[in-house]
This record gives sequence, structure tokens and C-alpha cells, in this order.
Amino acid sequence: MTKRLFKALVASAVLTLGAGTAATAAECIAPANPGGGWDFTCRQIGKIMYDIGAVDQPVQVTNMAGAGGGLAYNHVVAERNTDEDLIIAASTATSTRLAQNAYAGMTADQVRFVGAIGADPGVIVVAADSPYQSLNDLVEAIKADPGSVAFAGGSAVGGFDHIKPLMILQRAGFDDIKKVKYIGVDGGADAITQTVGGFTQAMTGDMSEIVGFLKAGEVRVIAVLTDERVPGFEDIPTAKEQGYDVVAVNWRGLYVPKGISDEKFEEWAGKLQQVADSDEWAAAMEANGLAPFTKVGGDFQSYVDNLVLEINAMSKELGVIQ
Amino acid sequence: MEIFANLALGFGIALSPFTLALAVAGCFLGTIIGALPGLGPSNGVAILIPLTFTMGLDATSALVLMTSVYYGAMYGGRISSILLNIPGDEPALMTTLDGYPMARQGRAGDALVLSGVASFVGAFLATVGLMLLAPMLARVAYLFGPAEYFALYLLAFCTLGGMASNNQAKAALASCIGLGIAMIGVDSSSGLPRLTGGNLHLYDGIDFLVAIVGLFAIAEVFFFIESHGKGSSIGVKLDKVRIPWKDIMDTKWTMLRASGVGFIAGILPGAGASLGSFLAYMSEKSIAGEKGGFGTGVAKGVAAPEAGNNSAAGGALVPMLTLGVPGSGTTAVLLALLMTLNITPGPTLFTERPEVVWGLIASLLIANVVLLLMNVPMVKIFVKVLMVPAWVLLPGVTMISFVGIYSLSGSYFDLLLMVGFGVLGYILRKLDIPTVPVILGILLGGNMEDALRRAMVLSDGDAMFLFSTPIAVGLWIAAIAGFVAPMFLRGVLKKPPAITD
Repeated sequence: MTKRLFKALVASAVLTLGAGTAATAAECIAPANPGGGWDFTCRQIGKIMYDIGAVDQPVQVTNMAGAGGGLAYNHVVAERNTDEDLIIAASTATSTRLAQNAYAGMTADQVRFVGAIGADPGVIVVAADSPYQSLNDLVEAIKADPGSVAFAGGSAVGGFDHIKPLMILQRAGFDDIKKVKYIGVDGGADAITQTVGGFTQAMTGDMSEIVGFLKAGEVRVIAVLTDERVPGFEDIPTAKEQGYDVVAVNWRGLYVPKGISDEKFEEWAGKLQQVADSDEWAAAMEANGLAPFTKVGGDFQSYVDNLVLEINAMSKELGVIQ
Repeated sequence: MEIFANLALGFGIALSPFTLALAVAGCFLGTIIGALPGLGPSNGVAILIPLTFTMGLDATSALVLMTSVYYGAMYGGRISSILLNIPGDEPALMTTLDGYPMARQGRAGDALVLSGVASFVGAFLATVGLMLLAPMLARVAYLFGPAEYFALYLLAFCTLGGMASNNQAKAALASCIGLGIAMIGVDSSSGLPRLTGGNLHLYDGIDFLVAIVGLFAIAEVFFFIESHGKGSSIGVKLDKVRIPWKDIMDTKWTMLRASGVGFIAGILPGAGASLGSFLAYMSEKSIAGEKGGFGTGVAKGVAAPEAGNNSAAGGALVPMLTLGVPGSGTTAVLLALLMTLNITPGPTLFTERPEVVWGLIASLLIANVVLLLMNVPMVKIFVKVLMVPAWVLLPGVTMISFVGIYSLSGSYFDLLLMVGFGVLGYILRKLDIPTVPVILGILLGGNMEDALRRAMVLSDGDAMFLFSTPIAVGLWIAAIAGFVAPMFLRGVLKKPPAITD
């Protein structure tokens, strides 16, 4: 831990020295190894910001993997609290972990969430030959006998995939959420396999995880958890139009250190908006199965605050946290 | 024909000059790794994995390089078996039985060429089998739920543990050590840390590459230090090499049968190439009967295990690619590589990443041809490598290990852990406890536990759920048989006689 911090310190010292001579080169921390979603966020947003001229130097990407993003979070809070040229990739997983106190006591109010510009819509999926035709069928079946439906998802128990069906069930007036069966498997593909195989009755995950199976005709999506129907998948109904007011998407966005000025915060929010409006970002979203989901500045901060509260309350009920 | 379209896609990727060069380099490295005693395919691949990261290879290229090394090592293992009576790797064990006597009769060149051809036949047929059967076997994944997976992992432990040692108790002990190590880290079902002693480095669990390199390579170095660095020496001279057409024609049916047996053994998760070559040799021996003269240096005794183990190597890729379950120690390492590259093997791999799968299959076919060309006329070059004194060889291995492991995570803690595993490996080998089940325990222990706990969630804690389907019951029976049967087969599992003169 101390070694890593020391390394990070040296790295930031080098960067600061570099920044002294050159104009301000922004840095984006991806709190994971190269190749994952956070890495994609940093590299794509950083590249587009430079390409469209929102920043005058290429954005430097630093990978800082560890503790599910906790290491990077700790680094930002403890070492870089006033660094105005720092952005950090975040997603729903960041807010879920903060809500569940998985970052060793650090809380969501120790940074500022600057914006999200794209999201992987949450979905509830059943096998193509399943008797459940709509979200309503599934909810009624669980209300009648909670043991009759088991969900499979790609995140661990208490993770966001687990939370999604529970949010729906709570809206439907079903409060005994501990009775709902959920198994966490290794990723969405595995969860689908279990559901098509009949070992679980429904799958909860992200749109990008199920597109292949949907095209192969193996599964039926009974609800997508967005405000509007997703472009390209217009025949899939939202949970909202079926009477369950749940929006649960895996957003891709950024946070910045707490200690920066309001002007700088607004500046980053503006740059993010520019990226969101660009054709390059539209193409990048399409290639990676993301749907438009743009919330920047204060809007986004209050969205994250509410999300953290809701997940926190639900996790307590589930017994995932005290 | 969809297969030809897919193959064309695969060759389109694999025939690019860069990937082709990687395949040739991989074959060459692999053959040397296989030929070096003690360096087998699994540690060879494990040591070379960091190379793919430093070279910044994309998924397909990395996979091409590593599978070329994998196939190359399977070919190369026979060289030291035949010339030194020391198996270059575990699966080449059976090749010593007839290969070395043949070499001592002055037919070392014949044995090397014949075994090279047999390796080609085995590996080629297995690749064809992989091509034809893998998409079909992919459908099988829908039949596997938590209960079936639990039984499958159990089968892997039982068969591999049973084959790897003459003593079941020691194999079981080794598996338990591995399972115990797998428990270290954050429990995925509850999020609570286990056995970490508060050390943050242990929260993500123990990286099995650290364990593999420690248990195999570092332990090897300790043995070398203990023997005060006695150099390796060539036991048999190799003068000239010509192609023994008569032997090749005589053994064609042997090669075909052995390939079939090996492929099936390879598909069974956990059985792997050692079982393939053993079964191939034993079945040919029983077909030939007493008159066959197996064990005295006959051509069939060389061809059968080589065709068998190379075919098993191809077969082992089937469950790895379609189910995400490794069929052997080396595919377990390859699986780790795939996961690091963000590729999740499973039934959707063939539909979602066809370029990876068919590029791989095409490059396997290419690697095979390259290996045949490399191993038959150029066999002398590889023999030269065996003359490199061990005091040059092993420090090199040590250096590669340290650099490789450090580059994985950039943490000196992993280096300490690796040396620790080296010490563990040394002690275990001194006690004649097999290290392969330890690796398997670390690798599959977490998955096995997850499968069990998922099964318990779905069934509300009813243990009979584990025996609820015919597949699960079948796997349980196979697992128990696989564990018990070697106790009765121990008589035929004797190791080859050591060099006495």
C-alpha cells in the first residue's frame, strides 16, 4: 500500500514537473487495468476532447488498478484533492461501491461527480421459451412464490445486477427482498447460459451483454430499464411503460477532486458536454453498445447522490452492509 | 459450407506476415522449451505470457503465439525423452519407454523423425476434431448448471490427482493444499476478506501464475543448487538423419488409433496430455500383445504416445474454448491468458469472437506444418540446445521468472510469494507429493466453491440438488472411478527405468 502510494507520488511529482514546463496537460486516471470499461472511458473521452479541441494537450491516461477502484479513489481524495487537471473514470460500479462502504470508509461526498455521457441500459431477460411474457408476469410470479424465480447476473451478491430486479420489486410493493434468489456468476454471458439452460428463470444485466444472444433468438428481453426505448431496439418495452418506474443504467462518466473551484468544475462539465455532442462519441458509443445518457454538472451530482442513497438503503435491507 | 467460410476467415487473419512470424517464433521457442528437461508446456507458456504484454500484442496475436508455443512444446518433449531418457515434459514420459531403447540401438534419428511425424498426425487430427466438434460441444454448455459444474470440477481433481501420483493420499493432500490457497482473498459471495491476515496484497487472492512459476521453475532451480550444478550430458550420439519410410507406413493405423484415444482424453477436463499418451500407449500395447515387443524399442511404441499426447493437446482446447474449463495444465494457463485479454471463453466465444477462434484454429494448422518442417530436417539444431550446460540454462530461467512475475503486477510482494512457492515446490517434490494438483486447486478451487454455493442458493440448501440430473450423477461416478481406478492400475504406471550405465 505504502509502496504503491509512494509510486503514485513519484508519478504525480514527475507529472507536476512536466506540467510546470509545458502548458496544462490533463490527466485521466482509469482505476483499472488496460482493456476494461474505465480504461475505455478515459481513452475515448480523452482522445475526443483533444480531437475536438476542448483541451490543447493530449490527455494523459494513467491506469491505477486495485480494490475495485478504491485505490484510485483513495489516491484522489488523499493526494490530489486540489488538482484541477485531473479527471477520473467512473461508472455505476463506483457509486454502488461507495454506497456499500466498499472503499474503506470513504464516501461519495469526498469527490465531485462531473458527468456521464453514455450508458449501458439495464435489462431483465428470460429464455425464449420462458412462460413469462412481460415484466408483470415475472413480478406476479415472485409475489405469489418468491422461491419460484431465481435471477442470474454478472455481478456479485449485492452488486448492481442484483439490485436492479430488487428496485423493480420494491416499486411493485414487494418488500421481502431477502427472499429473492440471486446467483452471481462470471459475467453476463455466463448468466445468460444459466438462464437459457433453465437453471435460473431470469437474467439481470446490461444490454451490451445480451445482444449476441438476442440476435441468435435464444432470449427474450422483457424490460429495458431506461426512460425511453433504446434506439435500435425499439420493440423492447421499458419497465416504466409497464408500470414500474425504475431507471437503472450502467453509466460511463467522470469524477473530479473535491477541492477544485466551481469555475473549473463547470469547465469540465462543459468539455464533457462537447464530447457528448460530437460525432466521434456517437460512433464510439455505437461500437461499444452504449445508449445516449447525458447528465453533466449539478444535474449529475444530484443523480449520483440519489442513486447512492437508494443503493445504500437497499443494501442494508439485503444485509450486504450493516 | 460454413466451416470453410470460417476457415477462410481464420486463415485471412493467421496468414498475415506478422502473425505468421509469431507462429514460427512460437513453434521454435516451444520446441526448445519442450526439449529442455523440467521446462514443460505449462511453465513454458506461463513464463512467456508476460512477453505478450510487453510486446503489446492484440488478443489474436497473443493467442497465436502462445498456442504455437504450446504445440511446439508438445513436439519438443520427445527429443530429450529419446536422447536422454529424461522426459522433456510430463506427457513425453511414455515416449521414453521405446524411444530410448530405439536410440540405443543406433536408431536415434529414426526415432526422432518417426515421433515427429506421429506428433504431426496426432496434432493435425486433433485440430480437425476441434474444428468440427467444438461448435457442437458449445451447445453442451446449456446443460451445465451449478450442480453439474461442481461435479465437473470434482472430476478434474479426481482424474488429474489420480494420474499425477502413485499415491492417492498424497494427490489428495496436494489438492487440499491448492484448495486452501484458493480460499485466500475476498469471498465473492459475501465480500468479506478471508485468510488475508490484514495484508492488502492478498485481498485479490493469490495469482496462480505466481504459484505456477514458483512451484515449477523456482523449485527446479533449488534442485539444481542442491545437485551442485551437475551439467546435462547427451547419452546417445546422433549422426545422420534420414526418413524411415518403412516405420512410418507400418505405424499408420497405430497413429490414427492413438490420435482418437488421445483426443477423447484431452476433451475430458483435467485429464490432459499425460493421460492421452498413457492411454494411447497402453491400448496399442494391448492390441499388439506379447509379440509386439513394446518396451524394447519398437516403432509403434514411439508413434503411439507421441500421436496420443499431441492429439490430447488439441482436444484439451475444446472444453477450454467452449466451456471455459481447462482440459489440462497448459490450457489452464492459456485460459488465464484469455481472461487477462478480456476474452471470456464459453459458448458465445464462437459467435462473439469468431476472429479469435478461427484465427486460432488456422494458426494451429499452420503451426503444425511449421513444426513438422522444423522437427524433421532440423532436429539436429534442437539437440544442440540440450548441450547448453545447466549452469547457463537455469540462471536464465530464474531471470525470466523474476522479470515475468514482476511485470505482471509491478509488486515485489509477488516476487516474495513466488520464491515462497518455490520453497513449497521443493519440499513437496522431496516428499514425492505431486505439484500439479496444487496448481489445479489454486486455479479451480474458487470456481468449485462458487458452483457449490450457487447450487445451494438455487436449492435452498438441499444437498441432493447436486445429484439431481443425469449429467451430474454421471460426472460424480466418473470422478469417483477416476480417483479409485489408478490405485488398481498402479502396477502398469511404473516410471521408466533410470539410466544405470
